[in-house]
Amino acid sequence: MLEVRNVTAAYRDRWAIQNVSFVLQPGQATNLLGPNGAGKSTLMKVMLGLVPPVSGSILWHNQPFAPHRHRVAYVPQRTVIDWDYPITVQNVVRMGRTRQTGWLRSFSAASNAIAHHALDRVGMADYAHRQIGELSGGQQQRVFIARALAQEADLFFLDEPFAGVDQTTETILFDLFAELKAAGKTLLVISHDFGDTLAHYDQFLLLNQTLIAAGNQSEVICPACLEQAYGKRFYLAAA
Amino acid sequence: MTALLEWLLDPLQFAFMRDALAMGVVLGVLCAVTGSYLIVQQMSMIGGVISHSIVPGLSIAFFLGIDVGIGAFVAGVLSAICVALLEKRSRLKVDAAMSLTLTTFLAFGILLISLLETNQVDLSSLLFGDILGVTRGDLGRTIAIAALIITLVKLFYKELLFYSFDPLGAQASGLPVQGLYMGLISAITLTIVATMQVVGVLLVMALLVGPAITAYLLVKELHQMMWVGSVLGAIASISGMYASYYLDLPSGPAIVMAIFVGFLLALCFSPRRGWLVAKARSPHTPHQ
Repeated sequence: MLEVRNVTAAYRDRWAIQNVSFVLQPGQATNLLGPNGAGKSTLMKVMLGLVPPVSGSILWHNQPFAPHRHRVAYVPQRTVIDWDYPITVQNVVRMGRTRQTGWLRSFSAASNAIAHHALDRVGMADYAHRQIGELSGGQQQRVFIARALAQEADLFFLDEPFAGVDQTTETILFDLFAELKAAGKTLLVISHDFGDTLAHYDQFLLLNQTLIAAGNQSEVICPACLEQAYGKRFYLAAA
Repeated sequence: MTALLEWLLDPLQFAFMRDALAMGVVLGVLCAVTGSYLIVQQMSMIGGVISHSIVPGLSIAFFLGIDVGIGAFVAGVLSAICVALLEKRSRLKVDAAMSLTLTTFLAFGILLISLLETNQVDLSSLLFGDILGVTRGDLGRTIAIAALIITLVKLFYKELLFYSFDPLGAQASGLPVQGLYMGLISAITLTIVATMQVVGVLLVMALLVGPAITAYLLVKELHQMMWVGSVLGAIASISGMYASYYLDLPSGPAIVMAIFVGFLLALCFSPRRGWLVAKARSPHTPHQ
């Protein structure tokens, strides 16, 4: 169980998130929602230790989370990656094995097999020797998900994994979510989709600097909460 | 055949040409390895910043009577830290941070030379250098530095690959990204300091960037970029020096032009990305 308790963080000279508290349970997928600039990515980065919080704490079974951060597999937003980087799909996925391999060592045969299996799970095994820039957006996202799988983590933090992906990728990702949940993994996903895909999540967090609502779909995806988060001009696309 | 052999061997009768050619090959390899990281991190101008920012370090080292290499190394690393801090802790973009750092460090260095009366610092030889003036000591030192840096790159390759491709992901996975950045910057500064006193800023910057970007157009993996870049850098150094010998050209600029010719060829004929190759491949519009 991962608990975020009263976390406040700043971005340069302004508050990014204030007094945010919630709990992530194993075997559940949580959808982190909110308008652009609401602090969703910052919140995820605070949890990952990439941005220091001004106050508050992150706890793993009531202990400080910092020593357990290696349990998290993180998929950053597509926009922060240079897709022209000279690297093949296989080597991107093997990055997920860097920590387990340790310093001054080459990837073991077992790590290579895990990386290959992860690629296979996302339907990308045939692309192992392609340069990452030669793939479509959806295929690139699947490669990053494979890297997260290769890490054999307990928690998966995905920052907008569905941005600009095709239907096949979306289906593969939601099938994987179900498998990971069944295996007792914890998922935190930033997503903007208000359509049918909401059914894949167990918990929703609606954020706009402060946590406006947390709970199941009917508690969070309601007009009053969405208006508070997005403003009066927001209409439910799924309605 | 004999004429060609003679043509190739003739310059080698001079010790200064043998040493200069050896230096060119070592520099070609070393600069392609460190330069590859500059390119993939989109920081190719940091080489220019560091190479101009070492001047205050030279002046202070002369004044204190310590090894100028140490002064230059410290000043070079400080300038790279300044760029990183300005970019991270302010709204400045990296190009603005680089311009400010380069001009300030260089101006401060020139001021120090005047204030501390360290006129022994020969700016023109630093800026333009002369690869034909290489000594055996320079060569030995550069080979040692190249061996050290290439060994370190080999040892930490997978961590540096992760960091340079996805710094956020690398940091989230627990890699010490600041340490890796400092390691890279130290390696680049060491490369520059060790070589620019011998060959000048222009040649160092060209060797750091040119062969690596040429290789970037040709291959699909970072380690291939280093291998191909090394070969290209060495070939450019050798061909530039032969051109310099037979056509009586200044050697440094001749090498830089050889690097550019290699780049131009890759730009036009790269199998996957070449301009002319792409044009030949694109389907013709059928006549109506």
